[in-house]
Amino acid sequence: MDEILFNIRLLLDFPIVNLKIIIDGIMIGALFALAAYGLALVWGVMNVKNLAQGDFVIAGGYVAYSLNQVGIYPLLGVPLAFVIMWGIGWVIYKTIITRVIERDLFTSLLATFGLAIMMAQIMNLIFGSDTQSVDLGLPTWFLGPSGIIDLPAAKVIGVAMATVLAIAVVIFMKHSRMGQAIRATAQDSRAARVMGIDTEKVYAFTFSLNAAICGAAGAIIVMIWVIQPFYGITYSVRAFVVVTAAGIGNLPGVIAAGLGIGAAEQYGGHIFGIGYQQAIAVVLLLIVLFVRLMQQRRIRQVLK
Amino acid sequence: MTRKFYINTALLILTILAPFIFPVWKTQLATLWLFIIVALTWDMTGGQMGYNSLGNIFFYGTGMYVCAIIAIGMYFPFGEWTDASRSETWKFTDSQYFTGLILGSLGAGVFCALCAYILGGLFFGLRGPYFAIGTLGLAIATGEIVSNIDWLGGGQGVSMPIYNGDFETFKNIIYYLFAGLGVSLFIFLNWFYKTRFGAAINAIRDDEEKAEAMGIHTLRYKLITWSISAFFIGVAGAISAFQLIHFEPLETAYQTINLGIFMVVCVLLGGKGTLWGPVIGAFMFHVFKEVTWNYFLGWQWVALGALIVVIVVFFQDGLMGYLQTRFPEWFGIKVVDKDEKEIIAEPAE
Repeated sequence: MDEILFNIRLLLDFPIVNLKIIIDGIMIGALFALAAYGLALVWGVMNVKNLAQGDFVIAGGYVAYSLNQVGIYPLLGVPLAFVIMWGIGWVIYKTIITRVIERDLFTSLLATFGLAIMMAQIMNLIFGSDTQSVDLGLPTWFLGPSGIIDLPAAKVIGVAMATVLAIAVVIFMKHSRMGQAIRATAQDSRAARVMGIDTEKVYAFTFSLNAAICGAAGAIIVMIWVIQPFYGITYSVRAFVVVTAAGIGNLPGVIAAGLGIGAAEQYGGHIFGIGYQQAIAVVLLLIVLFVRLMQQRRIRQVLK
Repeated sequence: MTRKFYINTALLILTILAPFIFPVWKTQLATLWLFIIVALTWDMTGGQMGYNSLGNIFFYGTGMYVCAIIAIGMYFPFGEWTDASRSETWKFTDSQYFTGLILGSLGAGVFCALCAYILGGLFFGLRGPYFAIGTLGLAIATGEIVSNIDWLGGGQGVSMPIYNGDFETFKNIIYYLFAGLGVSLFIFLNWFYKTRFGAAINAIRDDEEKAEAMGIHTLRYKLITWSISAFFIGVAGAISAFQLIHFEPLETAYQTINLGIFMVVCVLLGGKGTLWGPVIGAFMFHVFKEVTWNYFLGWQWVALGALIVVIVVFFQDGLMGYLQTRFPEWFGIKVVDKDEKEIIAEPAE
């Protein structure tokens, strides 16, 4: 308890520490937002709740890692991971996901849970359970009084790439023919089918796009943090928090919630100790669920 | 009727004699009973009431910890017991051990039932997949928080008292505790599903709004059902704590992706919403698990993930569901063609 109070006092006495925490939070939050946006896409378009979301992120990270092992420059790993994960996503869609779309919601949840276990274990068998990362060999800048804020160039580049990817996806969804078809399917898949949209193709495209976005996010993560085969669940949980908080089909909300949870987690980790970081993300999920529930309850009308 | 009676008696005798017929497999048989218990309790809410929980493992872990606190706390200060730097060794006498075992298990069950009753008020507002995600979150969060509390042993976990007698006797005790709990749970559920209460929870599964409109106080039914299932999981967790002797929070107590998902797979394998389904499913899954864990070591999790995907995608009705559509007469269902003239299948007298 004393420790917690001490940590809070530290934040109040040295405001610059807050700035450091917020910068760290936004950087990690940008990547959560990316994974969450993919989840929102799949959830909104085909009503599949993908619990393997985090494992796609980690898989993307391992793709970039193994490309780096064979001598490809790490920054090139991001677009390559995007392409390769697209292919993997397409295969998974054709073998599993296409069979659970029309079923009840628990089916997709459980099927993707099985997929998550399978993917994590296959990565564990191939790459081993050690944490891995890729070193870009770039400098770290120190800002603020006595260099309290450390800002590795790799992180800045990573966040910039995430932003570029997010903007590209938004423009694609707004202006391309396929993007229009995806949005139409999300609104009403039956009407879209009547209008001549091949919804099966749209589903396959959406799921592959989701896997690709996650893959790119993972390739960025491997450059600035570490990955490990079983870290997937942490990204899945955060993606679910973000999407439940922001709602599907609300892109600014997803980005804001992603950055918010990143910052909240860093603050929580600072105040309660680093051991609680995972617990904080999950507790946030529960809080979001219950706040949503209260809101719904207010709307719900009962005859008394 | 008589044939059913003979089969049940034979199964009961087999249950009692099993540790003497297969002395090498005592531990595996005890684990099989654990699987049957958790599968049956999961089916109470998942299959019969339509609330698919992914976090029932919360009660298992909580049962372990509550049992440890009661059993150890009755005779020694718990905080010092779990202190990693403790140097003196404390031993339990036989009477202390058994009172701890009995009171700890009952206390764990009651505490878990209370937990379910209180938490249910919050969680039963969530429907469908949100209930599943919410309960999964509960289990993960509790595991993470418990692993940070030093008084509960932190990430190291807790060492339970050790039985003074012979190791084979200890295995027998554990087997009979699990088997006794499983058999009483099965007999209870056999009666429970036939009552009005059972009909009410089936109505909640089929259409909750209509059930409410028919005057069923749905929340009360849901809370009581979840509490009963939590009681049995809590007791099972308590017995497991004594069986394992040492447990730690993330991999043993709140083992979300192990037992937490196994119970769902057992039920789906056997057939949701049937009495025998979870029992048969638990048996099938246990055999599958032992085979893969023994012969495909390293690939066992891949096989498990693949099994989940295949069951969920292709055989969601499970074995009992398949038999029910294939041979309806076995289940006392009479099938006639649409003019109601020709009998297609009829239960045998």
